[in-house]
Amino acid sequence: MTETLAAASAPEVGASPAPGPLIHARGLTKRFGELTAVDAIDFDVAPGESFGFLGPNGAGKTSAMRMIGCVSPMSAGTLQVLGMDPIADGPRIRARLGVVPQQDTLDTELTVRENLLLYGRYFGLSRAECAKRADELLDFAQLTERAGDQVEHMSGGMKRRLTIARSLINEPDLLLLDEPTTGLDPQARHLLWDRLYRLKQRGVTLVLTTHYMDEAEQLCDRLVVMDKAKIVAEGSPRELIERYSTREVTELRFAAGVQETLDGQLEGLAERIERLPDRVLLYADDGEAAVAAAHARGLEPETVLVRRSSLEDVFLRLTGRSLAD
Amino acid sequence: MALAPAYSGIGRVFEHRLVLYLKTFRASIFSSFLTPILFLTAMGLGLGAYVDANQSLGGVSYLAFLAPGLLVATCMQVAAFEATFPIMAGLVWSRVYHAMYATPIRGSDIALGNLAWMGFRLLLVASIFAIVIVLFGAATSPLIVLAIPVAMLTGLAFAAPIAAFAATQRTPEKFAAIFRFGITPLFLFSGTFYPVESLPAIVQPLAWLTPLYHGIVLARGLSLGTIGVSPTIPLALVHLAILLGFIVVGTFFAVRLISARLVRG
Repeated sequence: MTETLAAASAPEVGASPAPGPLIHARGLTKRFGELTAVDAIDFDVAPGESFGFLGPNGAGKTSAMRMIGCVSPMSAGTLQVLGMDPIADGPRIRARLGVVPQQDTLDTELTVRENLLLYGRYFGLSRAECAKRADELLDFAQLTERAGDQVEHMSGGMKRRLTIARSLINEPDLLLLDEPTTGLDPQARHLLWDRLYRLKQRGVTLVLTTHYMDEAEQLCDRLVVMDKAKIVAEGSPRELIERYSTREVTELRFAAGVQETLDGQLEGLAERIERLPDRVLLYADDGEAAVAAAHARGLEPETVLVRRSSLEDVFLRLTGRSLAD
Repeated sequence: MALAPAYSGIGRVFEHRLVLYLKTFRASIFSSFLTPILFLTAMGLGLGAYVDANQSLGGVSYLAFLAPGLLVATCMQVAAFEATFPIMAGLVWSRVYHAMYATPIRGSDIALGNLAWMGFRLLLVASIFAIVIVLFGAATSPLIVLAIPVAMLTGLAFAAPIAAFAATQRTPEKFAAIFRFGITPLFLFSGTFYPVESLPAIVQPLAWLTPLYHGIVLARGLSLGTIGVSPTIPLALVHLAILLGFIVVGTFFAVRLISARLVRG
């Protein structure tokens, strides 16, 4: 496995030695009738990079991924994937992509191993080559012992692992993952992150969508935040936190009914203050100082939590706290 | 990764159906033999004994008259099934066609690979049926061999347009209507069990609108060895052309609608 994947991710890229970005998008737009799902977004993904689309449901992440995956034509703009045009070269591009869709699309009547073998055949691999790669991938996905089991009877986490293994059968140059861990329990998510991290270390270029901030922080070198079909911010997780939040966040919880009486008493305690129904958030680089300042004003919160700012704070600031749908 | 020159997306899609089929191969082959045996025994021998007493078919035994009709009608039923539920499964339920579409396989490969599979499956069903007919002594001409491809083409004349329709559906509700108001009435009124000429003169032209009638006339002419007289060669070619017309038009729409469905996601 190590050998084959390393070979796949090495700079030699077969037919077209693309020195530029693996994905190049300018003004990329997708419309469905009246609805604009993706509204003129610009981004590039470099070889070896882990790139994330972050955003609430309905922000346009999946539509963007389907255009990159050459299964949904763009409505306007420029898009190049692996240096080729998705409209003219769809099958040639798809031959070098690995795709993990949001919904599982496995053959549930077939066994784990049969799913891998057949999928390899779609890429034109010989049966012998499919068998060799299937065994390596079963090992990588920790499914060797389940190789002969029918997919129908497997857990959600195992199906996801199989879907990821399947997406690697053609040793792709670019792996597209649409919400790879949505709906999984924490154990299954961590196992998947571990596997994806290994791929990343081997130099496989990952593009993923997620609305889990911890997933984005774990896996993405760089990400864009999408909201209402547009990109609203771009950068590394650390850059985004520095730009859109403070180093620390202090959460104050008051006894029932107290928070409503605090008008005018919070101003100036921090760079930015957010009042949620159940607690007050103080955005300040020094959380302890903010707590001291609050106590000095005679405020008596029931609980105080000082924590490091996370991508979630950035996300909520940029995309708002109201539900998207 | 460059694709091998011999790469055939249609072949890969066909292979997928074959692998699935081999899972239930034995049960399927068993029922492929059982269906003609049951029908030919009950209707051909049982009912036939009464019909033959009247000499109403001009010297031809009812069994020999019925057998090619059932052969073609069975292919129609198999085709209607293969073109509905498996297509919906791939596009809606398991979504495996979307998984294929993420590879070098194209939408047209998925449509044509499935139709090619249906043709193969129909050939298998028709061959088994024809063997049973011969074993029953119900074929009066060696031309029965040619009734096999005729039955397959008749099946495809249904499969292609039905597959196109199936690609537009999100639930299988309307499939029941296809069987109830399409397949079953055709089975009963297209000349499988009695000559269409026995029906009232006003409804007889309706038979011409369906592929089943044309397939049965051809298969019966071959199995009874009357082709050249009934139907005449020019008429036989017209029947054949109508079947091919259904297949070509149906395939065109199946490719378009299945491709469109894959793009929509």
